[in-house]
Amino acid sequence: MTEPDHYKNTAAIQASLKKRYARETRFKWYGRLAVMTGFLFLFVLLADIIGKGLPAFTQHFISIDLTLDAATLGVSSTPDETELFAADFGAVIKRGLRDTFPEVSGRSEKRSLYRLVSAGAEYELRDRVIADPSLIGTSGPVWLMAHAEAGSYLKGQVDTQLPESDRRVKDNQVAWLDELRDQGRTESRFNTTFFTAGDSREPELAGIKAALYGSLFTLAVTFCLAFPIGVLAAVYLEEFAARNRLTDLIEININNLAAVPSIVFGLLGLAVFINFMDLPRSAPLVGGMVLSLMTLPTIIITSRAAIQAVSPSIREAALGVGASRLQTVFHHVLPVAMPGILTGSIIGMAQALGETAPLLMIGMVAFIMDVPGSVSDPSTVLPVQIFLWADSPERGFTEKTSAAIMVLMGFLIMMNAVAIYLRRRFESK
Amino acid sequence: MSAVSVTANGTGAVDAQAAAGEESAGFDIEHAEATEDFETTGTPFVDNPKMSARNVNVYYGEKHAIMNVSLDIGQNEVIAMIGPSGCGKSTFLRTLNRMNDIIPICRVEGNITLDEEDIYTSGQDTVLLRARVGMVFQKPNPFPKSIYENVAYGARIHGLAQSKAEMDEIVENSLRRASLFDEVKDNLDKPGTGLSGGQQQRLCIARAIAVSPEVILMDEPCSALDPIATARIEELIDELKEKFTIAIVTHSMQQAARVSQRTAYFHLGRLIEVGETKDVFTMPRHQLTENYITGRFG
Amino acid sequence: MPTTTLVLVLATLAVAGFYLGRNRSLALASGAGGPQSLHSLPKHYGYMAAAWVALPALLLLLLWTGLESSLLNEMVLAQLPASVRQMGADELSLYFNQLLSYAHGAIDASGLDETQLAAAQYYTEAASRLAVLKTALVFLVGLGGGALALRKIAPAFRARNHVEGIITATLFACSFLAVLTTLGIVLSVLFQAVQFFQIIPLSDFLFGLEWSPQMAIRADQVGASGSFGFIPLLLGTLLISAVAMVIAVPVGLLSAIYLSEYASRRFRAVTKPVLEILAGVPTVVYGFFAALTVAPFIRDVGESIGLTVASESALAAGTVMGIMIIPFVMSLSDDIINAVPDSLREASLGMGATMNETIRKVLLPAALPGIVGGILLAVSRAIGETMIVVMAAGLSAKLTANPLEAVTTITVQIVTLLVGDQEFDSPKTLAAFALGLVLFFVTLLLNVVALYVVRRYREQYD
Repeated sequence: MTEPDHYKNTAAIQASLKKRYARETRFKWYGRLAVMTGFLFLFVLLADIIGKGLPAFTQHFISIDLTLDAATLGVSSTPDETELFAADFGAVIKRGLRDTFPEVSGRSEKRSLYRLVSAGAEYELRDRVIADPSLIGTSGPVWLMAHAEAGSYLKGQVDTQLPESDRRVKDNQVAWLDELRDQGRTESRFNTTFFTAGDSREPELAGIKAALYGSLFTLAVTFCLAFPIGVLAAVYLEEFAARNRLTDLIEININNLAAVPSIVFGLLGLAVFINFMDLPRSAPLVGGMVLSLMTLPTIIITSRAAIQAVSPSIREAALGVGASRLQTVFHHVLPVAMPGILTGSIIGMAQALGETAPLLMIGMVAFIMDVPGSVSDPSTVLPVQIFLWADSPERGFTEKTSAAIMVLMGFLIMMNAVAIYLRRRFESK
Repeated sequence: MSAVSVTANGTGAVDAQAAAGEESAGFDIEHAEATEDFETTGTPFVDNPKMSARNVNVYYGEKHAIMNVSLDIGQNEVIAMIGPSGCGKSTFLRTLNRMNDIIPICRVEGNITLDEEDIYTSGQDTVLLRARVGMVFQKPNPFPKSIYENVAYGARIHGLAQSKAEMDEIVENSLRRASLFDEVKDNLDKPGTGLSGGQQQRLCIARAIAVSPEVILMDEPCSALDPIATARIEELIDELKEKFTIAIVTHSMQQAARVSQRTAYFHLGRLIEVGETKDVFTMPRHQLTENYITGRFG
Repeated sequence: MPTTTLVLVLATLAVAGFYLGRNRSLALASGAGGPQSLHSLPKHYGYMAAAWVALPALLLLLLWTGLESSLLNEMVLAQLPASVRQMGADELSLYFNQLLSYAHGAIDASGLDETQLAAAQYYTEAASRLAVLKTALVFLVGLGGGALALRKIAPAFRARNHVEGIITATLFACSFLAVLTTLGIVLSVLFQAVQFFQIIPLSDFLFGLEWSPQMAIRADQVGASGSFGFIPLLLGTLLISAVAMVIAVPVGLLSAIYLSEYASRRFRAVTKPVLEILAGVPTVVYGFFAALTVAPFIRDVGESIGLTVASESALAAGTVMGIMIIPFVMSLSDDIINAVPDSLREASLGMGATMNETIRKVLLPAALPGIVGGILLAVSRAIGETMIVVMAAGLSAKLTANPLEAVTTITVQIVTLLVGDQEFDSPKTLAAFALGLVLFFVTLLLNVVALYVVRRYREQYD
């Protein structure tokens, strides 16, 4: 320590050190910044979706005193079901509203009064009366579903500071709603409609049930096609394929298909399945066929990796006791590789569940109110429903879109969690 | 500085150790505790040390890889470190320029000095240290750059050349000292990875000496080379010791015997015996050294 | 008979075939010295018979279902009077679709002429005749196959090898589907694209500077001819992809470097999966986010500093696409950087280089080819990405390099041209396939080059 430094480059290096360490620190911060940027994007995305979507899971109801008299309904005193089906429940609701706010006059004001209640309320009321005809002739408070705009005000989403012309909920509606709320005649409930209804033009009546079923059917078709074909193809390529040009061709094709844009698969589906084979448009059958072609490379590639990972000793043991190559593979190798194969397949299915573009090509963009009954009925899927709602200008639909996204992401997270769980178990073995 | 009583020299110690050696024929050393007093046989200390290590312990997580090693490396000498694989000789070499810092789970205790300056104090700068204590690795690892850029790399990052001419001079001198210049002088802009294995290793040596280190650590530099290339590297080491202090880890006892003045024998994380190379090989004092040298295990 | 019933009946027949085959082998064996005299187990003979019943018949059924409608159309078309067949393509297809709809019961007879009604009648009859023929043929093939297999059964027959041969062939067919898919893609887009280029010259498409695919329905309409210049779409696509890369490459690459060279193992174990969530978010969600959150935000920020920003700016779509691609770039770069041998890191650090010097002067140059390959793959992703741009980019084709303006892309145009009710043979729909052809080959080229570069890179360090 007392001795002078002999090393001739000490001075030069020490002179450079400060700058170099500063650069090092700066570079580290760039890296941290990049990671944080990624986090920030993810956070903003999720917060945005959840913030927009949460209100959609509640729905407001308004309690109005209704008199279900046969005269207003336009039915006989003991109506049968067909009569009730055609009865004018709308008139009952309108009258109830007028009675609640007797001061309302004039056509336009009345019309905005009627707009407090959802257009679906009369059908709901009708169903209730058909189920219990003894309600005819009674009167009393009935909870009616609020119109999307009224609901949006009750959820506190309307800024009353804005000039009246800039908002959909007008001043008189605000006054009525405030009055109802002060009387305890508004209520927020969990939005069951969202899960039990199909698409609708009215945001408060729109639900994801039809789309969910569509997704389910489509995914079922995809799985039934892609899983067996993918696994068998992987078995062939790993266990049986000779190293020749043909095998190379197949492998190149699989790798390239994995990177082909999904919309191109949609074009294939449109040209081959719909126009050439004349299969039904908008059907989960065709959607599933297209998506299975799209997910096949994923499944084949991951299944091959899983089969490769099976220790050769298992193969040798089976072959050693005289099993044929097929028996070895199907009895011994595949069961061991199955968790890995399933992991890959679930990831492929998650991909298919979130896919939109190719389904637009084969016409799964129709407006679907009813739950599809089979794989050949016209239907839509969850991502396409999101796409359709995202295009609608009403605030109610923005909310619904985000809520549908939350449901979709929920499914995806579940699928990925299962995949991760399987992989963990697989790896720990 | 003397936590461990190491007998610097003296026949008494030799006798004691010889007795101990007979006992340790059963390799009870494998079960010995690190904290237990263990004495290195021979002459671990010299009069003019360039670097000296005292009571060095290295841990990889829970694993105790180096136990209480104390050793001097003399000015301008070539010291060879030998021992069966896994004995800790490479690990010890790497503590000498703090290359172990890269491994997060690695912890070094004890104290190591370079020119009497502790290299493990927080004030010590690894950049400067590694410039002073260069390293050559087991497998030739030239950068995927031109031969010129490979040699110029150190000088560039440390800012040692003020002009192109100075840089050319550094590169040429280093290549000459690594006796590679004549072979590559027309191909300086060709990639270093295109050279033969032996040439690549000499390029790595040239790269290391381009920053004029004082000590060069060589971690089995010839293990990936054929005998002819190995012979050239050995010749080179002999020339380099005029200017540099060299610590070389080697698997080959013949190589240790050919190139080094002193030899240190490591076994299971302990430094068993150190001495003049000819003494260690012709009359090892410790049973374990003898077993190794006579080929009873390797 | 409906196809599902047919399949069920075939399945029953196959099961019957299995038992027949097994019993027959046992019966033959009992004559020749017990089951030991059989080459294979009795069940293998059963499998063999079942396979021969089901497979050829199913194959036939599949082929038939695929070809039936085009065959039927050809038949009806062929018996239409010559005067009708000489109509223009658009007119004929309208005429034909009308009679088809009538035959399917979708419309009533009003508005159809005599020939159409007759043809519809013919269509219905032909369809039912074909259906009967199909059922008969499928049964014939199934039963014939089964009979053939049963006749082949003999104690010395190697049924197990035979069955395994059939299974191996099935396995091969499954993997060959990948080739068929590629072929199907190429043929379907190529076929339509060729038709398109018969209407619009290839040079107009490739070098045209204007894209407005509004074709007139009648020749005498004003503003009749649409223009199909592909350049503005290409520029729009490249502009948005470039914005995406500007976001994704630095963030993804620097994150990968930080996580692999600086971060502690625990930080890395938490961070990587979290960032990879971004890769699992469906693209339609990104589209929604781009259209409803990012685009208005960028427009507001732009306007607050006095810039005019289109509400469907390329910047918004590109930014969100970049976010989507971040994890892709990150994991690719991570793989690539980790493939650089540790010996190079050690060599550099061992000379006293700082980590950042090691990264910039040794690791990155060494990894460069691989990183370039990875970026090419990311670009191909960006070019083929559809939903984000459909939802957040514009529809009108503009020749501009200003990311604040709205541009349109190849994929947006494909979707716009094909969604909704379109005549299948109109230039508009055909144009979508021409765009699809370009998209397919551009991404294919990028992928092939990228995979080649990456593979060469990996081999270098193996």
